[in-house]
Amino acid sequence: MEATFIKRRSRELAVAGVIILFLLPLLGISGKTYLTLTIAGLAMGMLLFLVASGVSIIFGLMDVLNFAHGALFAWGAYVGFTVFNMMMKWVTAESVFKNFAVFLFAIIIAMITVAVLGIVLERVIIRRVYGNHLFQILITFGATIVLVELIRVFWGPNDEVMTVPFSFRGNWDVLDVIVDRYRVICITMGFALYAAIQLILKKTKLGIIVRAGVENREMIQAMGHNIFRLFTGVFAVGAALAALGGMAMSVFSLQVYPDMGGTYLLFAFIVVIIGGLGSVTGSLVGAIIVGLSYNYVAYLVPWAAAGANVMIMIIILLVRPAGLFPAGE
Amino acid sequence: MSESVLKVESVHTYIGQHHILQGISFEAVADAVTVLIGRNGAGKSTAIKTVMGLLAATDGRIIYRGQEIQRKKPYEIARMGIGFVPEDMGIFSGLTVEENMKVAMLVEDKTTHERLERTLNMFSDLRKFWKSKAGNLSGGQKQMLAIARAIVNDTSLLLIDEPSKGLAPIVVESLVKAINQIKERSVVILVEQNFFMASAVGDNFYILDDGFVVHSGVMEELIHNAELKSRFLGISKTANTG
Repeated sequence: MEATFIKRRSRELAVAGVIILFLLPLLGISGKTYLTLTIAGLAMGMLLFLVASGVSIIFGLMDVLNFAHGALFAWGAYVGFTVFNMMMKWVTAESVFKNFAVFLFAIIIAMITVAVLGIVLERVIIRRVYGNHLFQILITFGATIVLVELIRVFWGPNDEVMTVPFSFRGNWDVLDVIVDRYRVICITMGFALYAAIQLILKKTKLGIIVRAGVENREMIQAMGHNIFRLFTGVFAVGAALAALGGMAMSVFSLQVYPDMGGTYLLFAFIVVIIGGLGSVTGSLVGAIIVGLSYNYVAYLVPWAAAGANVMIMIIILLVRPAGLFPAGE
Repeated sequence: MSESVLKVESVHTYIGQHHILQGISFEAVADAVTVLIGRNGAGKSTAIKTVMGLLAATDGRIIYRGQEIQRKKPYEIARMGIGFVPEDMGIFSGLTVEENMKVAMLVEDKTTHERLERTLNMFSDLRKFWKSKAGNLSGGQKQMLAIARAIVNDTSLLLIDEPSKGLAPIVVESLVKAINQIKERSVVILVEQNFFMASAVGDNFYILDDGFVVHSGVMEELIHNAELKSRFLGISKTANTG
């Protein structure tokens, strides 16, 4: 009976365990430092969510392991970087309106460019390897090499400095807690994206079909929906989300470099595994867990920061093998 | 003679390396329920999955209302007016009953909404649990939802795979009533192992065994042929199948 209770309440137990774990650092650090770390962690989590949500939707619906997601992320960053360079006056202007306008414009251009790239990728190579994970890994890994080399061809092999829009620089001092402006923007952007995705998935017919497709692709076809068109659309959206993540992350990390996608792709996969494949809510929760734990552990035990995320992933998978919020639950 | 709605001619289907359908032929005619009956592993489910395009026919022809459909994709076949209820019901558990029906509705016009109303009158439980997650429904209610989704469009041929599987006898009886209502509007091909249900709704039958059609005829004949039932369906000659 106990075992049944644990099984039934495994998600609540896992979430409660994570919350307790996140409150533990309060024993060793001051409240203000804790709040600063929490904001930094949330911002990192939201940036990871931007990348992971695309991976999750693509795997959840299409059952495609897209290792090229990191390269699409880098493409997003570079397209944004180019837009910033072309409109540098707006980026450095002491005007909140101009700064936000150029930031949004760069995001839109990056998302559209990378969505088109995603459509080409899906049509030309990924469509041929549906249902075969090994081939998907190999072929998307190959695509990553090509896409990263193309970045070197178009933008050069060196790291480039990403300019932060003027109004996004600096901090706010809120009751003696240092709050980085851009981190607040990232947190807002993450929650806004989550709300937008949820709205589309729950309130539009296309969104409902996508959710249904995550659960049972065969049935969706048998109900008269062209799953291949849906796949192309979902892949384009996933690629666009990667671009959004890349653009936002490059402003956060102040740089762009051809291999930048690989680092964040690893985090994105951890997020998706923790959250549950195919679930946007799962990706959000997973991203917050990874972002917070990375920042707390990096402050307390710097050498263990990356390993902590893997440990949390293992513990959650032991309690909930399908992740915290698997699709269909 | 009734008009032929679906004609399956010498169809072969493989699943992996296994040769499941070995040249089966059957026909569904207008105003009738055709039952594919046979033991486990006879190829019944494979047959309707092949009609639906979910499994590829490697040889033979499938003709629906005069058009060959064996090379068409499942969504194209569904859009031609063929509804499908799989053995596992294919319910989207994480979606509400309402959302399940929405996904099924290919066009949301006045006629479809009228059909939806009619369907909900037939399966009143669905109206009661309209906003509930489909995963929380009982087995019988899930089966009703699966059938409701398949008939909410302008379906002229309905393929149903073992609807009585795992259901209580009282639920099976209500399904029999529902299928008898459905057959007034659509041609039905039913895959069934439950002889009570097969005989209660079926007009014609095809017995499948090891990927071959071994016998066919009108249901009345099968009901009274104890030898056939014993040989291919494993029903004891003395059993009362009602």
